[in-house]
Amino acid sequence: MSTERIVGIDLGTTNSLVAFMPGERPVVIPGEDGLNLVPSVVALDDKDQVIVGNAARKYLIETPERAVYSIKRLMGRGIEDIEQELKLFPFRLADNLQPGEVLRIQLGEKTFTPPEISAFVLRQLKRNAERFFNAPVTKAVITVPAYFNDAQRQATKDAGRIAGLEVLRLVNEPTAASLAYGLDKRQNGIVAVYDLGGGTFDVSILKLHDGIFEVVATNGDTHLGGDDIDNLLITIALDDIRGDMGVDVSRNGEAVATIRKAVIEAKIVLSSQPVTTLEVELPGGQHYQRAITREQFEQLIQPIIERTVGPCKQALKDAGLKPEQIDEVVLVGGSTRIPQVRALVEDMFRRTPHTDLNPDEVVALGAAVQANILAGGSEATENMLLLDVTPLSLGIEVAGGVTDKIILRNSTIPASATQHYTTQVDGQANVAIHVLQGERELAKDCRSLARFDLRGIPPMPAGIPRVEVKFLIDANGILHVSAREQRSGTEAQIEVQPSYGLTDEQVESMILDSFDSAEEDFRQRQVIEARNEAGTILAALEKGKKSPAWGQLTSAEKKRIAKLENALNEVRDEDDYSAIRTAIDALNQGTMRLAELMMDSAVSTALKGKTMDQADMGEGPDAPHPVAKAEFE
Amino acid sequence: MRRSRASRPQPHKVDMTIDTSKTMAAAGSGEDTASCWSCGDMRAAHFCHACGKVQPPLPVDYFSFFGLPRKLNVDVAQLEREFYELSRKLHPDLNARADKREQEWSLEQSSLLNDAYRTLKDPIKRTQYLLRLEGVELEEQSKTATEKARASGEVKKQIVPPDLLEEVFELNMQLEELRMNQKMGEDDPALVNDLETHRAQFEKKYEELAEELKGHWNQWDQAIDGHNDEDRRRALDRMVDLLNRRSYIRNLVRDVNEVLGN
Repeated sequence: MSTERIVGIDLGTTNSLVAFMPGERPVVIPGEDGLNLVPSVVALDDKDQVIVGNAARKYLIETPERAVYSIKRLMGRGIEDIEQELKLFPFRLADNLQPGEVLRIQLGEKTFTPPEISAFVLRQLKRNAERFFNAPVTKAVITVPAYFNDAQRQATKDAGRIAGLEVLRLVNEPTAASLAYGLDKRQNGIVAVYDLGGGTFDVSILKLHDGIFEVVATNGDTHLGGDDIDNLLITIALDDIRGDMGVDVSRNGEAVATIRKAVIEAKIVLSSQPVTTLEVELPGGQHYQRAITREQFEQLIQPIIERTVGPCKQALKDAGLKPEQIDEVVLVGGSTRIPQVRALVEDMFRRTPHTDLNPDEVVALGAAVQANILAGGSEATENMLLLDVTPLSLGIEVAGGVTDKIILRNSTIPASATQHYTTQVDGQANVAIHVLQGERELAKDCRSLARFDLRGIPPMPAGIPRVEVKFLIDANGILHVSAREQRSGTEAQIEVQPSYGLTDEQVESMILDSFDSAEEDFRQRQVIEARNEAGTILAALEKGKKSPAWGQLTSAEKKRIAKLENALNEVRDEDDYSAIRTAIDALNQGTMRLAELMMDSAVSTALKGKTMDQADMGEGPDAPHPVAKAEFE
Repeated sequence: MRRSRASRPQPHKVDMTIDTSKTMAAAGSGEDTASCWSCGDMRAAHFCHACGKVQPPLPVDYFSFFGLPRKLNVDVAQLEREFYELSRKLHPDLNARADKREQEWSLEQSSLLNDAYRTLKDPIKRTQYLLRLEGVELEEQSKTATEKARASGEVKKQIVPPDLLEEVFELNMQLEELRMNQKMGEDDPALVNDLETHRAQFEKKYEELAEELKGHWNQWDQAIDGHNDEDRRRALDRMVDLLNRRSYIRNLVRDVNEVLGN
């Protein structure tokens, strides 16, 4: 039986909820106002007191410079990531923000980071729970979009800590929803969860097996949700007002907030009625009115909801499944109330989706189920276990700016991988390690997660040190990296400190881009690898010429080597990897006797039986890669 | 709070859900793996059958982790069942209330479990992993191929699979021609058609290799059962050749795709 009181929290873009599982079923804990949903809105009143939730909503209209909503969009991101966000949302950033710095939001005279603002929401939920239990609450499971990256997850965990909560687990939102559904429907099969919320979209495909919820693939867009629909309608209304009434109110915070409220109401009505009227009383006393039919609405938002199709297809492909192999489809998130979204999902998966549970509450309910499991379980959750995956591949930058992926996306977590690297210069003491997240072949196209140095490698010839790097992704989807030089035992351990090298748009587009540009990426990578290899063998040859073995060669052999060396030098800077490869292989072959002579007299017998390039390099980024060589002659 | 280790040896209990002879074999190789750190009972490889506590991870390979011999025919359905059973013992969610040290072990053990399962359930990854365990770095050619090359003084040409030589030669000519055409802005539908036919042939070969690989698995497994070192080496070489051929063909198809722009 569970003894600990661990709550489950859905920290949403638009609304947040806290839930608990007192017995067989999870329940949402209401606030003092009796409502289950706490709007994720934070405001400062005229005495600089923090107001959260429903009570804060009126400030969005009355004093918009003292209120903020949709802060989840800024979690784990830097100033250079949010250009698009700033165009569409009335976020007021603090002055003098530097690239790479954590963002700060201006509220009245004060500034707060996104995790702090999220923490205000969390603290309100914590208070609601404490009021409900009449006892302190210190532990929580918090949900995050499945497609959140390492930095966004870290930021969420930080928010929990700021709010005084020990975050025992971050759970992916679609997976949490499947837990809530799974409690009722104890059956085996393949389930797809389609989660379109206020600001994020996720799709996850799970295999259910006697209580084990195994995620097989996940995909998404951390930039897609009901907010985008609202912004589209707001833009249309602003254009109307400018055109018909000759006033530009787009910079009037109060007017925009009023329009936003009206637009959201119209959107909700259109999910059940064929027509509605958008009515706004503008601050100047002017009245804006426009009828909108569901048909018009659907035409407008079609491009937005179409954007969910790509991630769904990719998830199916990654899972190795066809749409007809999906047994059940579950809808999550307020935006799935739109009939057109339901039709799209039905069409895509050829199944009538489940909507039995309230799409606003199901994620929090699932978080409560997971909290119950962590607390030791109960009869209702016996045998239930969640096996989730990492949404994005993780890798490390190697010579030539190439990403060496070491944990692929959709790997079950916890997951680990070790790779071996070596030095490129004699006596090199430090190895810089650059950690990346994303699907692209080149480091510059992936999101930079962190950089760290492995220091104090004892002086050794290039290629001799063996640096073992271990990546471990924990059950929260957060990465830990450690590195060790194996010959000396030098160790470096770090927790990944997020760096904001890339925009989130770039991260988002990484997966899609990588399919668009996989061929181009691969070609560039091949050229870089071939050049690296050429450098390695030429350096090894220089060494060879200084060794006693050189003298044992005949002059004909030396001539032949010189010719091959020239040939390689001629092609190594060209963009034709097959020409470089051919020249490398020719030189490798031509220097085989030299290599053998060197090895015979060499210090280390361990190097025996290897060819020139391997003898000198050991395993490393410059050693031949496991990409088979395509040779043309 | 950490529990002290009980010194009194206790009788060994057998948990029928997991074949203990296999898990004990996994513990093998001379490590002190006899008793549970917590209750002192006989421990299994990953958790204690008596008290259920997660044990510190042992440095074992993926086959041993699942108590499997180093053979290539693997019952994947059975592997999945074991994966689920072990997940129910090792996963951090089920050890969230244990002390910090146990949580560490749980994290390490379950990541090892996931890594091992991911590798062994996939036929190609499993084969590559076995080859690596056997000391073969796949970017090298098989030993016989290298020796042959050395003996004859040939350039490392064997990497072009001999049975494909003619076709590869023709394909490369066509690729070259098409590239030239593209540079000149000329169109040659017949050439494109030819290339597409070639690509289809290579793709078919690629598929066929998977079947061929299974034949090598059988040879390997029989050699292991019969302790026949020579057959083992032979099977190993054949698998290396096959995987090299496979990635060769894959790259070839990629080159064709690149030139054809699809």
